[in-house]
Amino acid sequence: MATGGPGIRTKTQRVTAAALPPVRRPTVVIEPTSGWTAINLRELWTYRDLLFILAGRDVKLRYKQTGLGITWVILQPLVAAMIFTVMFGRFAKLPSDGHPYLIFVFAGVVAWNYFAAVLQRAGNSLITDSRLITKVYFPRLAIPLASTLSALIDLSVSLVVLAAFMAWFRIAPTWRVLTLPLWIGLIAICATGVSLWLSALNVRYRDFVHAMPFMLQVWMLASPVAYATTIVPEQYRVLYSLNPAVAFIEGTRWAVLGNSSITSSMVAITTAVSLAVFVGGAFFFRRVERGFADAV
Amino acid sequence: MSETAIKVEGVAKSYRIARALGRQPYRTLQEEVIALPKNLWKRALGRSDSMETFWALNDVTFDVKQGEVVGIIGRNGAGKSTLLKILSRITQPTRGRAEIYGRVGALLEVGTGFHAELTGRENIYLSGAILGMRKSEIARQFDAIVDFAEVEQFIDTPTKRYSSGMYTRLAFAVAAHLEPEILLVDEVLAVGDASFQKKCLGKMEDVAGEGRTVFFVSHNTLAVRQLCTRCILLEHGAVAADGPTDTTLAIYNQRLRDTRIDAETGLNNPENRRGSGAVRFTSVSVEDFTGAERYSFQMGETIRFKLSFTVHAPMRGAAIVVALRSGMSREIVTSARHVVTTEQLEPGVQGTVMVDLPDVYLRPGEYPLYLHVSEAVQSPAKYDVLDDLTPPLVITPGGRWLHDNFDPAQPLGIFSLPSTMVVESLPGHEPQAAFSRPAGGHLTMIRTGTQD
Repeated sequence: MATGGPGIRTKTQRVTAAALPPVRRPTVVIEPTSGWTAINLRELWTYRDLLFILAGRDVKLRYKQTGLGITWVILQPLVAAMIFTVMFGRFAKLPSDGHPYLIFVFAGVVAWNYFAAVLQRAGNSLITDSRLITKVYFPRLAIPLASTLSALIDLSVSLVVLAAFMAWFRIAPTWRVLTLPLWIGLIAICATGVSLWLSALNVRYRDFVHAMPFMLQVWMLASPVAYATTIVPEQYRVLYSLNPAVAFIEGTRWAVLGNSSITSSMVAITTAVSLAVFVGGAFFFRRVERGFADAV
Repeated sequence: MSETAIKVEGVAKSYRIARALGRQPYRTLQEEVIALPKNLWKRALGRSDSMETFWALNDVTFDVKQGEVVGIIGRNGAGKSTLLKILSRITQPTRGRAEIYGRVGALLEVGTGFHAELTGRENIYLSGAILGMRKSEIARQFDAIVDFAEVEQFIDTPTKRYSSGMYTRLAFAVAAHLEPEILLVDEVLAVGDASFQKKCLGKMEDVAGEGRTVFFVSHNTLAVRQLCTRCILLEHGAVAADGPTDTTLAIYNQRLRDTRIDAETGLNNPENRRGSGAVRFTSVSVEDFTGAERYSFQMGETIRFKLSFTVHAPMRGAAIVVALRSGMSREIVTSARHVVTTEQLEPGVQGTVMVDLPDVYLRPGEYPLYLHVSEAVQSPAKYDVLDDLTPPLVITPGGRWLHDNFDPAQPLGIFSLPSTMVVESLPGHEPQAAFSRPAGGHLTMIRTGTQD
């Protein structure tokens, strides 16, 4: 109540307040917020339907009016994996931790593609949905989070293809395949964290539209998608695994193919980095979201 | 005494806007590059040098009781939309506090969240969820929504194949079934065909009749009069009047009549001025045919624009255009392009012209002005434009002949043309020989036109 408004008005309000039953609390209080605020999980939960409907919209829109439809989800990683197999496996003869190069690469591509898809979609999401942001209130986090969810559909399709490959190459899954959801969860946390930063920054600086394809390209080359971590000299491994993509790609391979060049320190570093990026991103997003409607 | 639904205390909102005039001095590329990190940092914090603060809302305080239907009126830029955006939590206030008691439904546009590629069904779910409905709620209301929108057959067709009427109906239908305790509405009635607008107004009256709170922001004083019991007038971001609708509207209309286009509101306002500088409007006034200056006219009146300009650089003649805009900021009425002269004009020449728009059949509303003077040649490079000039022209109901034959309170498009009718056959009536003007007789008018 300490707003310091004009005296007369405050008086009338006090009369009103006295007439109200004391239990009556406002549903919503609108005030300028300042400083850093955490994610309002309860509010996000009440909007969970919106989250799923937005994700569903993403999926539907992505393949509407395309000739090949959902086939694109299979085609993209498949072609990439085949090219990598020829270039890196056949010509450069790089090691593949003892697996057929094609399936080795495909597992990496599947993990990477999920990560990249989340970044691509979420990075621009606030701009593409600027009409929503300026016309209606809902937790803004729902928009980038919907990208994380919608990319899961593509991932599931790719995983089915991966399973088919494994059957073809007669690779039996071990108990480690049960850890796959954990790795996917790690990718999701890391990707969401990065995309919270990207999408929020993108509202003010459209530079990120241009930087994104380039960034993803460089990042992929710096990650063990088309090659194994073992080709990185020993003394650089720790530095190399600061890239969170290293552990989740190798981790996915480990879960699916039974072994890879993953180490526990890699996993620890990546988990720490991902969580830091995610928590930092969430705070940053909350910090700047109050200006979205004015800036977008 | 009923309970509070909305309580607004000292709410203020400032925007940082790009400085319009007196921009930064030129800098070399090298200086730009050196200053870049500093500028980026400042921009990130929203503290750029080239920005200035503009208070869209300043210390707004009021209470709304449950079940009240409150209209918010005011000119363009008075802060109506900003207030609505704050109450619907789209943007935050810079200062102050508002409390909302009850579930809010905000309708700032028709078709929020609609996507043209998706089917009607998909859009109902999408838009409903965005407006704050749970999936189960939407499912329960689904049939009612489809019924209200009258689109049963096309419910699984992508909405891009819908006619604009169908699209609008469906979009409003979703919003209408939101069932909020507090409904915030912004000029949604400005869209759709007449019968649909009627339906929307009817639906809003229903909502109000059910004892729910409605907060209605509009230019349309007629809709406000029809719907609202109480009305708040905003001026320059502050509450200028707050009381029964009739009282507030009377104050509003009085203010509109009292305002003039002067240096402050129009001519020296860089926001709505573009031009090469070769020629400048120096005074603008709007008059009735008796020569009295005013900005409020009844339907069917003749509106005269008296425009003075000064030439600052050699010009190949001069030509003038007068246009009226709608709330959507598009010209809806444009005069002819009147050639004032085709002779060479030297710097220092001053001219005054009068342009008459006779028998303006515009329906009640506010129409910002658009004025243009240029060289009298094809695609002139030398010109002066005053755009979205305030005060806008206000057309009020009544008028000399148009008031009898329809209800001006209904949103029935932009124009009412003075149509004519003959009774060809009706028992007890002689066939009429000629077309007759509607009651009220025809307008006596002094046509002056453009003076050379």
